[in-house]
Amino acid sequence: MAQHIGAPAVASVEVGQSVSKGQEIGSAKGFVSVPVHAPTSGEVVAVESRPHPWGTSLPAVVIKPDGEDSWSMDLQPGDPGSLTVDEIVEKVRLAGVVGMGGAAFPAHVKMSPPPEKKISTLIFNGVECEPYLTADHRMMLEEPERILQGVALLQYVFGAERVVIGIEANKPDAIALLEKECAGAPVEILPLQVKYPQGAEKQLIAAVTGREVPSGGLPMDIGVAVHNISTAAAVADAVLFGRPLIERVCTVTGPAIREPKNLRIRIGTPLSHLVEVCGGVTEDPGKIVLGGPMMGFTQLDFDVPAIRGTSGLLLLRDEDVDRQEEGPCIRCSRCVQACPMHLLPTTIAAYSRRDLLAEASEYCAMDCIECGSCSYVCPATIPLVQAIRYGKAAILAKKRSS
Amino acid sequence: MSKQLYLSSSPHIHSGDSTSKVMRAVLYSLLPACAVAVYFFGPAALTVLLIATLGCLATEVVCQRLMGQPVTIADGSAAITGVLLALNLPPSSPWWLTLLGAVIAIAIGKQVYGGLGSNPFNPALVARVVLLISFPVQMTTWSLPTPFGSGLDLVTTATPLGEWKNAVMLTGQMPPELQSGMVDYFLGNMAGCIGEVSALALLLGAGYLFYKRILTWHIPATFVGTVILFSSVFWLVNPDKYPNPLFHLLTGGLVLGAFYMATDMVTTPVSTKGMLLFGVGCGVLTVLIRLFGGYPEGVSFAILLMNAATPLIDRYTRPETFGTSRQGVRS
Repeated sequence: MAQHIGAPAVASVEVGQSVSKGQEIGSAKGFVSVPVHAPTSGEVVAVESRPHPWGTSLPAVVIKPDGEDSWSMDLQPGDPGSLTVDEIVEKVRLAGVVGMGGAAFPAHVKMSPPPEKKISTLIFNGVECEPYLTADHRMMLEEPERILQGVALLQYVFGAERVVIGIEANKPDAIALLEKECAGAPVEILPLQVKYPQGAEKQLIAAVTGREVPSGGLPMDIGVAVHNISTAAAVADAVLFGRPLIERVCTVTGPAIREPKNLRIRIGTPLSHLVEVCGGVTEDPGKIVLGGPMMGFTQLDFDVPAIRGTSGLLLLRDEDVDRQEEGPCIRCSRCVQACPMHLLPTTIAAYSRRDLLAEASEYCAMDCIECGSCSYVCPATIPLVQAIRYGKAAILAKKRSS
Repeated sequence: MSKQLYLSSSPHIHSGDSTSKVMRAVLYSLLPACAVAVYFFGPAALTVLLIATLGCLATEVVCQRLMGQPVTIADGSAAITGVLLALNLPPSSPWWLTLLGAVIAIAIGKQVYGGLGSNPFNPALVARVVLLISFPVQMTTWSLPTPFGSGLDLVTTATPLGEWKNAVMLTGQMPPELQSGMVDYFLGNMAGCIGEVSALALLLGAGYLFYKRILTWHIPATFVGTVILFSSVFWLVNPDKYPNPLFHLLTGGLVLGAFYMATDMVTTPVSTKGMLLFGVGCGVLTVLIRLFGGYPEGVSFAILLMNAATPLIDRYTRPETFGTSRQGVRS
């Protein structure tokens, strides 16, 4: 039921009940929340806590598929021409659409900025968010129509003057295809420098508009909204066909997987099944990562399900797991040069590790986007971003308690 | 699954770089300068190099054993200090002087502060300056190069910078022939510390470090650039008294200092702006000391003074956090 940032959905079905594909099985709780839908038809066999990719057990609805995979009859296709903005946003919310880049923030919230925040630039993120992942690339190559339908809908919702699809320059095929598909449409295809973290929201906005989102602010503060291209496709499905978000593209890859693939997966599929479809593992993996190598979450086993934010499943071998011992900081400044937020990672990390939280905040710990670049480049293998992450959590906890 | 998996906070991959790889690359980059030193100054240079390096390694072992810490000579940092110290000594240094320098560099320059990463001053330069002040005679007895196989013993002479300072003090004028040997100065065929003489060899090594992205241009370029600009001013005002910028560049320890000593990561600023400032500061101080100070050479003092200023520079040159510049517009 926990599929997104915000309040988890609450199960609305009972054991023994039969459900059809696309039927709501968990209802939204509050504004920053979305409903959850049955990914296929079948019988509900359990409503209980199950191991979840976030590392704990969380409420879940377990469905035994009946093999029919029959759609719910309640789904209403929509005619975009006759829908108001509010109706579109409501359809998106009911379909449970969340940001597909990995963070899974409910899309309808982003689509409802306060009236005083005028969105003039709408950016679509076609930059793969992390190394190893190629899901966005495949989406652009295989489903440009769905993406562009969503782009048009979102443009209508925001009333944005400028619409840009940002794609990294190393995907000339996707750039060429989308340019062809967009011919005549008021949509700009912008090739971007290939670097990590180009797909991070603030970095993408800076690359497209030359403007920086103010520290502590949101993109809408400078009149920008960013959506992933796959989110656009999900919006199109929701509005045009009334289809809820029950599937996504997931990159299954890594040195320990036999046949790396991009799979269109149903939300809730156990990871073990994804691995099976990709020919199994070449050896016992050393690390199982959901998401990308820079920001993903490690898993204990393949027993957890893929969720809406599962953009990748990465299997690393033992030898890929870096276990160099940490050394002293030699002030080589590589973390400083690497930090996309222009922070001093080594300083913030040192303060965080000593619980000097006031100092860590003063050095802008809260601006860290946790991209992991600092830890990646550190020759002394100091767990920089890990320490900063701890510091950020401690600062937030302190703020909340005071 | 039977096997234990690794659970950890992201990122899950690493560049594979390590401190010891960085240090090893720096050691390789010093090989040309060492080779030229041995070529020009013969077994004397080799002896200094060996004693300094082994002395530094031994001191590090002893210090870490005494303090009950793990011995970390394998990281290569002590060896670098040893080689750099040797390159900063005259070829005629007696063995005890070199050894004393090695002990000072590691024990007082580095380990008392807590070892690698914690020392505020460049350890090799601390040792050099302590020796220079304590043993001025031995530390300023220079020799003409006697290329390998020439059969000559070391012949005592003055460094070009020293000659200039003496002449100016005596006559107020610069001997004109002093500026005629630029090619020799570039190749290293002059008197000086064993490692500072050959700009060519030093630049070769620095090129390798640039290629490996261990060295960035910021400090060397601003240091050398400032020396050239600042010394040009004096030269243009009075070319009979002040040497030209090329002379400043090729004689003395500027190249060694700018590319290898002022770029020591531990003792220099971390931000780009800070590095630029550091380089300019080193350049200004070097020229001032060379032209108006008591010593003919000012590179070591300049770098040490700027080392002392580094925490302050770091404090005032913090990079502007993303999203905090004027009106959110990227500058």
